Amino acid sequence: MEDRFISLFSAVFLGLTVVLTLYPFVNVLAISLNDPLDTVRGGIYLLPRVWTTYTYEKLLSDTSIYQAAMVSLSRTLLGGSLNLMVTIITAYLISRKEFVARRLFSFLLISTMYVHAGLIPGYLLIKEIGLVGSFWVYIIPGLVNAFNIIIVRTYIEGLPDSLVESARVFGAGELRILFQIVIPLILPVVAVVTIFVSIGHWNAWFDTYLYGAGKRHMVTLQYRLMEILMSAQLRTDGQSSGQAAANAIAASQSKTVSPASLRAAMTMLVTVPIMLVYPFLQKYFVQGLTLGGVKE
Amino acid sequence: MNGIQTGQGAVPILTGAERRKRFFRQAGKQKALIFLSIPIMGYILFFNYLPLWGWIMAFQNYKPAKGFFTSEWVGLEQFARLFGDDRFYLVLRNTLAMSLLNLVSGTVACIFLAIVLSEVKTVVFKRSVQTISYLPFFVSWVVAANIVITFLSPDGGVFNDLLMALGVLEKPVMFLGKEQYFWVIVALSNVWKNTGYGAIVYLSAITSIDPMLYESAQIDGATRLQRIWHITLPGILPTVVVLLIINIGGILNNGFEQQMLLGNPLVLNASEVLDLYVLRYGISLQRYSFSVAAGMFKSVISVILILSANGLAKKLRMTRLF
Repeated sequence: MEDRFISLFSAVFLGLTVVLTLYPFVNVLAISLNDPLDTVRGGIYLLPRVWTTYTYEKLLSDTSIYQAAMVSLSRTLLGGSLNLMVTIITAYLISRKEFVARRLFSFLLISTMYVHAGLIPGYLLIKEIGLVGSFWVYIIPGLVNAFNIIIVRTYIEGLPDSLVESARVFGAGELRILFQIVIPLILPVVAVVTIFVSIGHWNAWFDTYLYGAGKRHMVTLQYRLMEILMSAQLRTDGQSSGQAAANAIAASQSKTVSPASLRAAMTMLVTVPIMLVYPFLQKYFVQGLTLGGVKE
Repeated sequence: MNGIQTGQGAVPILTGAERRKRFFRQAGKQKALIFLSIPIMGYILFFNYLPLWGWIMAFQNYKPAKGFFTSEWVGLEQFARLFGDDRFYLVLRNTLAMSLLNLVSGTVACIFLAIVLSEVKTVVFKRSVQTISYLPFFVSWVVAANIVITFLSPDGGVFNDLLMALGVLEKPVMFLGKEQYFWVIVALSNVWKNTGYGAIVYLSAITSIDPMLYESAQIDGATRLQRIWHITLPGILPTVVVLLIINIGGILNNGFEQQMLLGNPLVLNASEVLDLYVLRYGISLQRYSFSVAAGMFKSVISVILILSANGLAKKLRMTRLF
């Protein structure tokens, strides 16, 4: 009796979890595909009432969106791969037990997780070295990530020492040991860190806010979405729903889209790339977390 | 549970001179390692430690035109101003309140989801639910905030419509424009975004509980609920305690993205957190010295909190974090 109740409860609870997790995405998708003018009437829950791809056409007819997509993609690919390289090399260095500078290096690195100079000193340093308004501000300041390095180091330390030792006996150099022996053996953790750093780059927006505001060549998709969000936030403040409706009508007459529809379409545009890679990546996630600091 | 090993094996006792000699002999053999380390360590010193120098601004009346060396020294005046600002205490309250709410609701939700997942025996169902549950973790807060705003919108948002259909509300409420709802919205959106991912740790703690315990409890006639209560929960208790302690250590570092993106001028009294206070004074108002003093306060308290939390966790002999 109790057993069956728990089974039933679990199934219902998990079903509900799935619905609550996915439904908001479905709702936003429906709004983005519904006629902007019609959306103002409300009642768009699951499916669009008046189907249209007009909002997307409008969004994609703006050339600056392609530039933003390029910036997002470039920082993800370039920043992601450089970050990964630094992470692996650093992890390898501090995993070598015989390395004389190991303790100093680890200490310097791990302390960065606790001691932060803060926003303004960091900002002034970036300004001083001329990275404000430069694409490289996305790549350079975040290259060393202590958390990811620790994850990789833990994994490397789990490999038998004899592997590296025997390679060394046969005269292999450090780089050769790293690339030909260590890296092939740590591919699972490399996959995890690749996911972390690329998604981190794709999702970033605050560095644009700080260092690239008002510069077209710095704007990323996330930042564009953030701007749309912020203006929507300010708009809802002072207005009743009636006024919002009036705005939307005016917008539709002048053949533009309503802010709500635009926001929905842009949200989907930014989310779709994550959803597309998600099925391929998700199997590594569980590993990712259990590889971290808290480990059974 | 064991953390990451930092200790070394047994080191033979050597005199100072012998140690030095050994060190240089070893270092000589490790040219490649040292060569690779130098740029990375230099990078860390430059980007992570050099900015600490900026803390002297907190004791100055820093003017960008004058720089560090000629700006006027004012001693603790910036701190006096900080601690005399009523707004600072409001912001501190918001920071602590939202961190604690997120921590408690997040932990409870993660544990609950992990336990329910562990009770499911159908592997395919369990895996699918899990896979879906951590999807929101991988979208940005910008996307999540947009979703929350759409969901709570007074103009045809699902939540308002639902409450009206149920007769709870008569007319739509602008939830994001009301101070009293802000903390709850932040906590719930946090649960929506992070529970699936956060549950992984607890689930792996549950799977490492000895199955023998469950079997013998079953033989002794314990019901399923009793097994959850007397075996599963105590089994994951160490994990829960350690994570709680560590998270309490990071309570001032709980981020500002949610507050910045979901907040608006109407709810500023409830939404402004320390990081945003620092940001407002530093970047928008260009009061560098005051902003650095506020940031420094946060950094120093954080380090103390985190180190004592880690010390406590270590003392409880449950884990070593890094």
